[in-house]
Amino acid sequence: MIEARDLIKRYGHTVAVDRLSFDVRPGTVTGFLGPNGSGKSTTMRMLIGLDRPDGGDARIGGRPYSGLGWPLREVGALLEAKSFQPGRSARAHLSALAASNGILRRRVEEVLAMVGLEQAAGQRARTFSFGMAQRLGIATALLGDPGVLLLDEPVNGLDPEGIRWLRMLLRSLAAEGRTVFVSSHLISEMALTADDLIVVGQGRLLAQTTVAELSARASSLEEAFLALTSGSVDYHGAHYHGAGYQGRGAGPRSADPAELRRLA
Amino acid sequence: MTAVPVTPIPATRRQQGHYGFAGVARMEWAKLRSVRSTGWLLGLTAAAVIGLAILVMSIGTSHWSHMPAAARASFDPANNSLTGLALGQLLMATLGALVITSEFSSGMIRSTFAAVPNRPLVLAAKAAVLGAVTLAAGEILAFAGFLAGQAAVASPAPHATLSQPGVLRAVLMGGGYLCLTALIGLGLGAIIRHTAGAIAAAVGVIFVLPLLTVPLPASLEPTVQKFLPEPIAANSLTAVKPVAHTLPPWAGLGLLCLYTVVLLAAGTAVLAKRDA
Repeated sequence: MIEARDLIKRYGHTVAVDRLSFDVRPGTVTGFLGPNGSGKSTTMRMLIGLDRPDGGDARIGGRPYSGLGWPLREVGALLEAKSFQPGRSARAHLSALAASNGILRRRVEEVLAMVGLEQAAGQRARTFSFGMAQRLGIATALLGDPGVLLLDEPVNGLDPEGIRWLRMLLRSLAAEGRTVFVSSHLISEMALTADDLIVVGQGRLLAQTTVAELSARASSLEEAFLALTSGSVDYHGAHYHGAGYQGRGAGPRSADPAELRRLA
Repeated sequence: MTAVPVTPIPATRRQQGHYGFAGVARMEWAKLRSVRSTGWLLGLTAAAVIGLAILVMSIGTSHWSHMPAAARASFDPANNSLTGLALGQLLMATLGALVITSEFSSGMIRSTFAAVPNRPLVLAAKAAVLGAVTLAAGEILAFAGFLAGQAAVASPAPHATLSQPGVLRAVLMGGGYLCLTALIGLGLGAIIRHTAGAIAAAVGVIFVLPLLTVPLPASLEPTVQKFLPEPIAANSLTAVKPVAHTLPPWAGLGLLCLYTVVLLAAGTAVLAKRDA
């Protein structure tokens, strides 16, 4: 269970997160959607105590992140940017973090196998492709077998096989009763992965809803999302021939998330 | 995908216990020995301390019989054999800075603080591990440099032995100085966060500050100089023959420790306050 209450984050005169409140419940995948610059990553960083909120607070399982006894065993986080040193091997990276939270060495080999990095575990991370780096980040998040997962744009850099693997992994983790909170700007991917949705724009909560409910508002989830966020997009691209977004997006046209999952 | 029945396990399974200093120190030890820069910098320091000891002592004593009497009288073979500390201190400060700046430049710091949200504890563990490693390395290198330097003395110039008064202290404090410069580098790194900036600051403290005292009135210059790290190391800690206008060895060491503690405390405050 993740609870955000009136979170505020300012950078100078810019308000990145503006009185944001939401709940993320266990047992489902909750998607965190919003246009570029809507405060998703900042919110994620505040949830795990990397950034200090200018107002409000965030709790995980009823406690602030700084109050957790073994943080990695309770919360696994993958942040958008790389969070490891290029000169260190994947195995050494995971082993060092494991030592801080009393996690057994055996678990390091387990998560390396889970993400498919056993062969590359001894190589320095500098040699990793973007997709491999992302897998190392996912392995880091899974290291403590946590009940809560926070993943910021986890599909970035993954190939289609990797995207499907991650989707299955997240859904099975949620099915085990874990809290899975995933940000993405890819609506189609969210339609396939998430059940619940938290939609933000310009740092404000636009909707706390479900994929099914939001999809039902328009001809597709993408259309519904664009309608919802139209007032809070910071960076607009030019429209070709006034055609709008219709037909240009890579997202699915179907409104039915159940059907989308079947197709996936 | 078919719906899987939800197993009712608590979202956050309350775990017994709490992370602590020992585990965080193990993490920092694992980090320090799993990057190549640690070995490189220690190796370069060894080459500098031992190589310069041999070079300075063999060249410095090769014309002993032609040297002026005053130069012979002030010749301090123990102190001269530790000349390599001048280069070693910069390499150690770089090692210390990298322990934290490499985490900021790569993003590793986010993994570290996610694992251990208590940031002062992280810096304390870094300081303890870095301090232990550089103290051990510093003492070994100081003794190695001293012994190599004395062996390189060309007779009939005198050489120092560890049993002479003040010599053991000079060598021990020389090794300890390498540890302190590493910790000063760590403190600067925690404050500045950028590798280049932290190393530049260390160069500034070590080499530039003493130069800034040159324009001061002649009466004031030695008074200010004796409180600066590099002159303390050269003229107080490692001197066997007393040098005029300098602090006594233990006062110099105490002052250096104070500088180190102040920088680490400032680093702790900055680390705890600013977003990662």
